[in-house]
Amino acid sequence: MTDPREGASGESVEPVDAAAPAEPIASAEAAVPAEPVPDGELADDEWHRLHPATPLLRGGIALIAIIGFLIAQFRERAIDFVIANTSGRGGGRGPEDPLDWLLSSGLLPAVLGGAVLVIALVVVLFWLSWRMHTYRVTPELVEVRSGVLFRTHRKARLDRIQGINISRPVIARIFGAAKFEVQVAGDDANVKLDYLRSADADRLRLEVLQLASGAQAVKRAKAAGGARGEGGPAGAAAGGGGAAAATGVSGASTASAKLSGFVDDRVQEFLAPELDPNAAPPESVVEMHAGRLVGSTVVNDSTIWLLVLIAGSVVAVVLSGEPWILFTTIPLILAFGSFQIRKVTKFLRYTIASTEHGIRVGYGVLSTSNETIPPGRIHSISVNQPLLWRPFGWWHIRINRASRSGYGGNGDAQQQQNAVVLPVGSQDDALRVLELLLPGHDPAELRPVVESGFARDRGSSEYTVSPRRAAVLRWFSWRRNGFAMLGDAVLLRRGAIWRELVIVPFARMQSVSLSQGPLNRSLSLSVVNVHTVQGPISARLGALDVRDAEGLFRQLAVSGVAAAAGDLTHRWGASRVQESAAPAPSPELPGESATFVSQENSRDLPDGQREAPSDPEIAHSDPESRRDDPPADPPAAPRTPPAADPTALGPGDRA
Amino acid sequence: MSDSPQNPTPAASSDAAGPAAADVAAPVVADDPRRIEPVPGEWRRVSPKYLRYDLISMAIFSVVFIFAMALPWLLSGMDIWFLLLLPIGTFVVMALVLIFTPRRVRAIGYQLREDDLVLRRGILFQRFVAVPYGRMQLVDVTRGPIERSLGLSQLKLVTAAAASNVQIPGLTEADADALRDHLVELAETRRAGL
Repeated sequence: MTDPREGASGESVEPVDAAAPAEPIASAEAAVPAEPVPDGELADDEWHRLHPATPLLRGGIALIAIIGFLIAQFRERAIDFVIANTSGRGGGRGPEDPLDWLLSSGLLPAVLGGAVLVIALVVVLFWLSWRMHTYRVTPELVEVRSGVLFRTHRKARLDRIQGINISRPVIARIFGAAKFEVQVAGDDANVKLDYLRSADADRLRLEVLQLASGAQAVKRAKAAGGARGEGGPAGAAAGGGGAAAATGVSGASTASAKLSGFVDDRVQEFLAPELDPNAAPPESVVEMHAGRLVGSTVVNDSTIWLLVLIAGSVVAVVLSGEPWILFTTIPLILAFGSFQIRKVTKFLRYTIASTEHGIRVGYGVLSTSNETIPPGRIHSISVNQPLLWRPFGWWHIRINRASRSGYGGNGDAQQQQNAVVLPVGSQDDALRVLELLLPGHDPAELRPVVESGFARDRGSSEYTVSPRRAAVLRWFSWRRNGFAMLGDAVLLRRGAIWRELVIVPFARMQSVSLSQGPLNRSLSLSVVNVHTVQGPISARLGALDVRDAEGLFRQLAVSGVAAAAGDLTHRWGASRVQESAAPAPSPELPGESATFVSQENSRDLPDGQREAPSDPEIAHSDPESRRDDPPADPPAAPRTPPAADPTALGPGDRA
Repeated sequence: MSDSPQNPTPAASSDAAGPAAADVAAPVVADDPRRIEPVPGEWRRVSPKYLRYDLISMAIFSVVFIFAMALPWLLSGMDIWFLLLLPIGTFVVMALVLIFTPRRVRAIGYQLREDDLVLRRGILFQRFVAVPYGRMQLVDVTRGPIERSLGLSQLKLVTAAAASNVQIPGLTEADADALRDHLVELAETRRAGL
């Protein structure tokens, strides 16, 4: 069953542009029924099948259970048989035992035949379903076809990819399989490939991301024009491919070599925290300390509630003299404890790193999972600190994303988990993660703003905070409650007891609202709400001075439009290839952030000029990469915002 | 704040959206500095017929609601007097709502700016929303039975954020269709990803 996998991992990974030489191993493996020759490239417009063990892994757990049950039964029989033979005791079972009855009635052959038939039918059905379950990756789409009687065919556009998640449940890992999920926006709209060969999953991820990034298309266009793009993703792929071939198992000559190779592979996969043969494993910017993880889980706000509950039940016991009340809390404590333990084990091997195609977050010890989020797919970021974490200086980071659902479950719990990018970390860790999440910022510019976003910060500098009269509504936090701008994002700082900093990139803002109820009006305050896609974070900032809030509203409206017009992240690689070929102002920046103007510029210039610096960037971007926009669009760039009001622009004026 | 140069384009870009333009004096309470007034300029107002629609639907709702509130009193045999307070209180509240309806309707306004649509609603609870054209995922035009009899439509913009919640009620049917087509066209030329 696992033979084809061997063939795949034994081959070298071809660089995407090169033609695949027909390897002898591949032709040998092609004898395995119905497997299209795995020729090193998975995103090649051809239909591919999933891991042969897929039916077993997906639905086969029940089968394994049944087999296990039968084996246990037969073991008893066998023991009985042996004991009966040696000690001369009787069968020990009554005539009501079905097996005895079968043996005595002589129907055994018929029943056995039936069982074999059923098993054969099940196997055929599984095989059929595996055969009918195919996927294909074209330069534009990911497609999956599945189902025997009821066919489904799902397509997702590559430039709409919100992320790619590869997860490896324990059992699948033993088989060398992985779940592959292409995330697109919407509820349960993801394209799932359960299961792929573990190595294929990593390869496919790289290829899909490369195609999605648009770098490939640009490169091909260039190659056609004679100027071949140098370096870039494909170069890395080629190098990585070589490495993979070197480490991979060389062609399996004998069955025993195959078997040992298989075992070797599994062992290697178990040892590698994130199997990624196609690129040097990216180095995590945050190191998760087990002590900190356990500590942060124990010292948490939910722990307080648990303690309150226990104290309450103890009081109840003392008052009522009925000790059994204590027992009612036991299930709750158990549930709570198991939840926390699961959380700890899940994040024990947490890593976060920047890859060429976005951020990669990995976690899990036995069942691992790692998720790649391309640039521009993060809709908002929340850095927060539960009260009890304050003495330790720990922070927690979550994000809003457009794709929902995920493996294993539906509903909020899963979504919450997917939203976590930093379960716990020191302020330094949080800063480093934020630098990953907000690429293209000079750390020197980013750090002070974010740091004072973390701090208690009285009489603040960067932030426009609520006026004193807001203390009626924000008893403790009115000095902290405020906003700041960061060139391409807005920072909302809230809360004195539960500190939180919410960051929304302008390019991901959907709309913005300004509202005021009677209470706010009586205090001359109002509320700004930055709308992003649905998620655990709400970017709402209340109790702002009306004039400040109006200014913020106006600036967000203008910046949002400008940022959206200059946003190239749906084909994040295209601009980079472009830039590496032509001398560009900021070659290392991904498209999105390169198009924004820095804070200093935007603060002081009148609106008409403010957008000017972004023009060249937009103009020199590839028309293909902006496939959504008709060629007549570039006037979109220097649009003059209607409300030109330099007095209300932002924090700079308030000092 | 409001002395900044006006952008001349809204009028030009919005002629497709029909006649309801320009007859607006939207700030209902003119010069209260405590009020929010982030967007200067002229607001397009909804059709005057929308007031009728709002009054009719509010009246129907009030009758049903007051009757529901009166049920305990009616079921109790009409002799527990303090149960009568319930419908009376409801009546007072509804009457107040009805009295303020014209002002509330007058407070609804929208501007088609160059890059975004700004909607304002409410007096007591004021709300301004700015939706960039490129962020619109779809535009809905709906008509209920009362609206249809008055020749009105409601236009709803949907973005990827559920919180945006932009609904422009009380457009005449022709206006709503024209505005929808205009918005779709704008959204098409400025389309952005998510």
